[in-house]
Amino acid sequence: MLRLPAFQFHAPETAADAARILAEDPANTRVVAGGTDLWPNMKRRHQGAKTIVSLRSIPEMSGICVDDEGGVIIGATTTLDQITRNETVQEKYPTLVKAIASISSPVLRNTGTIGGNLCLDTRCTYYNQNEEWRRSISYCMKAEGEVCWVAPSSPRCWAVSSGDSVPMLCALGAEITLHSTEGERIVPLAELFNDDGMHYLTKRPDEILTRVRIPAPSGERTGWWKLRRRGSIDYGVLSVAVAGWCSGETTDRIEIWLGSVGSTPVRCSESIDHLIGKPLTAETIAEAAALARKGDGANPLGNTDFAPQWRGKMIEKYVDAVLREVAGLPVERLVPHHGS
Amino acid sequence: MDSQDQKAGEHQQVFRLLNVNGEPHQTGFSVHHSLLEVLREQLNLTGTKHGCELGECGTCTVLIDGQPVLSCLELAAECEGREITTVEGMMDGNDLHPLQEAFADLGAAQCGYCTPGILVTAKALLEENPEPTRDEIVSALAGNLCRCTGYHKILEGIEWAAAKMRGDNDYTPPKEAIYGDPLPGEGDSHA
Ligand SMILES: Cc1cc2nc3c(=O)[nH]c(=O)nc-3n(C[C@H](O)[C@H](O)[C@H](O)COP(=O)(O)OP(=O)(O)OC[C@H]3O[C@@H](n4cnc5c(N)ncnc54)[C@H](O)[C@@H]3O)c2cc1C
Ligand code: SF4
Ligand code: FES
Ligand code: FES
Repeated sequence: MLRLPAFQFHAPETAADAARILAEDPANTRVVAGGTDLWPNMKRRHQGAKTIVSLRSIPEMSGICVDDEGGVIIGATTTLDQITRNETVQEKYPTLVKAIASISSPVLRNTGTIGGNLCLDTRCTYYNQNEEWRRSISYCMKAEGEVCWVAPSSPRCWAVSSGDSVPMLCALGAEITLHSTEGERIVPLAELFNDDGMHYLTKRPDEILTRVRIPAPSGERTGWWKLRRRGSIDYGVLSVAVAGWCSGETTDRIEIWLGSVGSTPVRCSESIDHLIGKPLTAETIAEAAALARKGDGANPLGNTDFAPQWRGKMIEKYVDAVLREVAGLPVERLVPHHGS
Repeated sequence: MDSQDQKAGEHQQVFRLLNVNGEPHQTGFSVHHSLLEVLREQLNLTGTKHGCELGECGTCTVLIDGQPVLSCLELAAECEGREITTVEGMMDGNDLHPLQEAFADLGAAQCGYCTPGILVTAKALLEENPEPTRDEIVSALAGNLCRCTGYHKILEGIEWAAAKMRGDNDYTPPKEAIYGDPLPGEGDSHA
């Protein structure tokens, strides 16, 4: 059996109690929600903790409701399955449902949570391995070692941001609430991420993510595609999320976000600037897609499935396809479609 | 920490009343033990298998309050007060569950290692959706790997069991499911 290391365990019933326990020793304590990321990582010994605080017994952190402005608030420990089954979310953000329904597998979505997906550890072929494997090539800097095996001369870690709900939620302008013994603060979700595979979140270790808020839909057209080897279980190697607001022919506002191509979700600002004020035609879309491949930290390296050069090419193809879908133009399927 | 919980050396010990297959079990174990470890090693319910133990294969699936969950990624300490069903709990007295019957009759299990996880996952599916389409079955099983069967017999077994459970006695599984596909050029040799 691949067993978890020993730890002290707490299952508080309020977010305030959880924050209090976490504040006692934030460096050696971790919170767990579904555990579908943390437990495998602890079993492989590349993450560890003396104390674990489970968020699962905190009723106030789970559930979905609509606020006064028509926005939707999702508690951090709401499971991915609960979100995809929720009628309000289905009606208001159908593309988000598509993104979340692609995560892991149905049985994992019964326990995996939205908070865990947003705080998901970054991933790398040299890191998500068992202890013996990592020891045999000597550890990398993300866990115990000194060098990066993907870019040995690099001073930093390039592990990949892989939470599949993130690009769509960023495109929709979601905000999160962070809770600690010092109180609550609300920040745009896009600001949660830090471009460093080791220190990939900007939140303090003593802060708990308690909820996500998505603004009320305001006429946006959305699209989302994900690339991976199999239709289930595998992590994505690329996801593309688009939300566009148009009046008549003109694009007033558009958000294009990529997942799994760097240590943070990547906003394609050059493509966005190129499209604003223009109609979405086959030509403008192709130009915007070419820009997406170049700019802004979309930097596929040799640390996920598939060759980096090919993944780079697929960025352009996928951005083109998703924008065409949003514009209502015919789209050629690039890979066979699998059920989730 | 529960008031009953104790420390044994470095390991925090917990005592929990676990309800497995309708039977209460008062059990003590280290708090970091998974439900899979406790089922197999404490309660001797070895029907639930251990494969990857990392969430990737689905063979350790059990039902918690009727929902498929991976027991390798579940802390047993968090399962008190919940209804746990393993493959051992699928029989009704001495009668096999229709899914077990269909799997046995069709040979939907070869080495059998994936079978317990697939059976309970299919049970949950059929309780929610008595007449699933082939695509719905494939989607529901998308977290369960089988390295032997190629899945066809598993899908056919679930369709047959679904028909039996709906009381549809006219349903017969496709002939290929029972006799195998005809060889190229042989045509329909089972006609
Ligand atoms: C085989 C397999 C395949 C997978 N495939 C995918 C995939 O395709 N796409 C994908 O996105 N994910 C995938 N996952 C990962 C995972 O199932 C989901 O991302 C899930 O949403 C994680 O949520 P969780 O509650 O299980 O996280 P946990 O494991 O509980 O937590 C993950 C991390 O977030 C922290 N955390 C959790 N909740 C909070 C909170 N409220 N506040 C602060 N920190 C918190 C934890 O400390 C931990 O570091 C896969 C997992 C497995 C095992
Ligand atoms: S990117 Fe480099 S440092 Fe980061 S996990 Fe991979 S090998 Fe380790
Ligand atoms: S043993 Fe649990 S998923 Fe493989
Ligand atoms: S029968 Fe052998 S793994 Fe499925």
